[in-house]
Amino acid sequence: MSTPHSQIAAAFLRRKAAWSPLEAGLWGLALAAAFLFPSQQLLLSEIAILALFALSLDLIVGYAGILSLGHAAFFGIGAYTAGLFSLHVSAEPLAGLAASAVVAGLLGLATSFLVLRGSDLTRLMTTFGVSMLLAEGANQAAWLTGGADGLSGILLGPIAGTFDFDLWGRTGYLYSLAVLFILLLVARRIVHSPFGLSLKAIKRNSRRAAMLGIAPNRRIVVIYTISALYAGMAGALLTQTTSFVSPDVLAFHRSADVLLVLVLGGVGYLYGGIIGAVIFTLLRAWLSVVTPQYWMFWIGLILVALVVIGRDRLDPARAIALVRSRLLGRPAAKPVPLSEDGR
Amino acid sequence: MLTILFDGIAYGMLLFVLACGLAVTLGLMNFVNLAHGAFAMAGGYVTVVMMNRYGLSFYWCLPAAFLAAALLGAALEVTLYRRLYAAPHLDQVLFSIGLVFMAVAGIDYFMGGQQQLISLPPELSGRFSLFGVGIGRYRLFIIILCALLTIALQLTLTRTRIGSQLRAAVDDGRVARGLGINVSRIFVLTFALGSGLAGLGGALGVELLGLDPNFPLKYLIYFMIVVTIGGTSSITGPFLAALLLGVADVAGKYYLPSLGAFIIYAVMIAFLILRPHGLFTREGGK
Repeated sequence: MSTPHSQIAAAFLRRKAAWSPLEAGLWGLALAAAFLFPSQQLLLSEIAILALFALSLDLIVGYAGILSLGHAAFFGIGAYTAGLFSLHVSAEPLAGLAASAVVAGLLGLATSFLVLRGSDLTRLMTTFGVSMLLAEGANQAAWLTGGADGLSGILLGPIAGTFDFDLWGRTGYLYSLAVLFILLLVARRIVHSPFGLSLKAIKRNSRRAAMLGIAPNRRIVVIYTISALYAGMAGALLTQTTSFVSPDVLAFHRSADVLLVLVLGGVGYLYGGIIGAVIFTLLRAWLSVVTPQYWMFWIGLILVALVVIGRDRLDPARAIALVRSRLLGRPAAKPVPLSEDGR
Repeated sequence: MLTILFDGIAYGMLLFVLACGLAVTLGLMNFVNLAHGAFAMAGGYVTVVMMNRYGLSFYWCLPAAFLAAALLGAALEVTLYRRLYAAPHLDQVLFSIGLVFMAVAGIDYFMGGQQQLISLPPELSGRFSLFGVGIGRYRLFIIILCALLTIALQLTLTRTRIGSQLRAAVDDGRVARGLGINVSRIFVLTFALGSGLAGLGGALGVELLGLDPNFPLKYLIYFMIVVTIGGTSSITGPFLAALLLGVADVAGKYYLPSLGAFIIYAVMIAFLILRPHGLFTREGGK
């Protein structure tokens, strides 16, 4: 008597979704950092925000296989929404976060139809174009956004009426970390659901996925919107922890940086963004002390080296799998190439 | 009105020379090379250094800029680009962004971050009036030079042996190799030619476009528009796209300065929605 296929599939997904001790350890460390490094809280919140931003990009690059060169558009619009919301509507951070998520999500929904057609190149161009359009808009609409000077004088009330932002940024870090944690839980739930599995099928071969009865376009629209929502919240967190928005949130280098972050950590397993954000932020902090003006050169060198040596070989996910297999004596899973376009 | 059209055409011609190398690597060879502007910048800085530091004539700088950028392109093709032709697009994007970052910071280190200026030879500066249309001498020079280059390029691609070998190598590298065509040599030559033209464009553009370390990022979008809208059928597509873009940009900046770069991006997105594969598509290409 064989088990029905649906049960096998459910068991497969549940096994994938199980928590590993490594993950719990990571979160424990992140929480401990709030108390271990009292002078580094601003850097830590920067890491948490960048991690959330990279996580949002991972949802579309790693799971749906959509290359984006303009993900900063959603980050930026979230940042501006949070700033404007606190200036004109309410100083309550959680409401501002929700407003940013809604606005960025709507923008994501509206622009998701642009990434459905064409090749990788067309997608790169349209996402890039949308982000440049927004950057130009933020620069021109000085009456709303403060133009090149940005929005300042943002004052925030206590989070949920109880936790005040302190001078050292500990509240800011714990707040960002909490948002990151909750959103990661949601993302875990999404990618380990049948929906997430169908996204992976679309990424591997969208034509075959369509033949299996998966509608690629509808699913891409959904995940693109979710990803935009996440990025918007990351932007909102940046505004709320720094009390400032500048047109820099929409700049091209931000879209490029987040790609680098994601690739540093590894694409397609959710934690890549977090690991990459830690590496990238520490690296940048160190480089900008060593060579204040030219750290961009070294970031570029790392990118080139990363690609030439081979992303797959440096992927932390594989390193973790290898270590685990050594420790537990289980055979490591066979490495799967990161992206197959069917070309 | 006609002066704007004229300026726009000159601008478009310049964009075409800058971008036609990209039309080959990106359009034909399907390599997402975001670092194309870096070669143009190299050409521009060669010109600036030769003219301002060594006092050489502008006319000597143009071939020098071409050669320097072509050599740089060939060297990078052999050492780095070649490994990535078959890589996923994400790798190509990361790699070329990395190159751009390195170029921007490197130029900043050696040359400083300020805007670079050159003084053109006296016979190229100034304007004259022809049938009531104000014509800049330098722009006329650019139009003539670029038109000659375009014709030469088109003839090379369609009429010569090298041209047909290139088209064969791009369409199906394996079969071309089987027919005895040295595909990797063809690719090096093509890449060098494209980079060299970009360098020449960069040298010509110092006066028109300006030159500072952010050049590759600032004009990246223009190059990409030319290629994506122009499509990959021949060099006619990118040529028309470049002219359109040049005229639209100059006219937009003149009539609606407050909108800034809005028009360009909006037009590009609209184009890509309507014709995701460009104005002209090509049969049989991969």
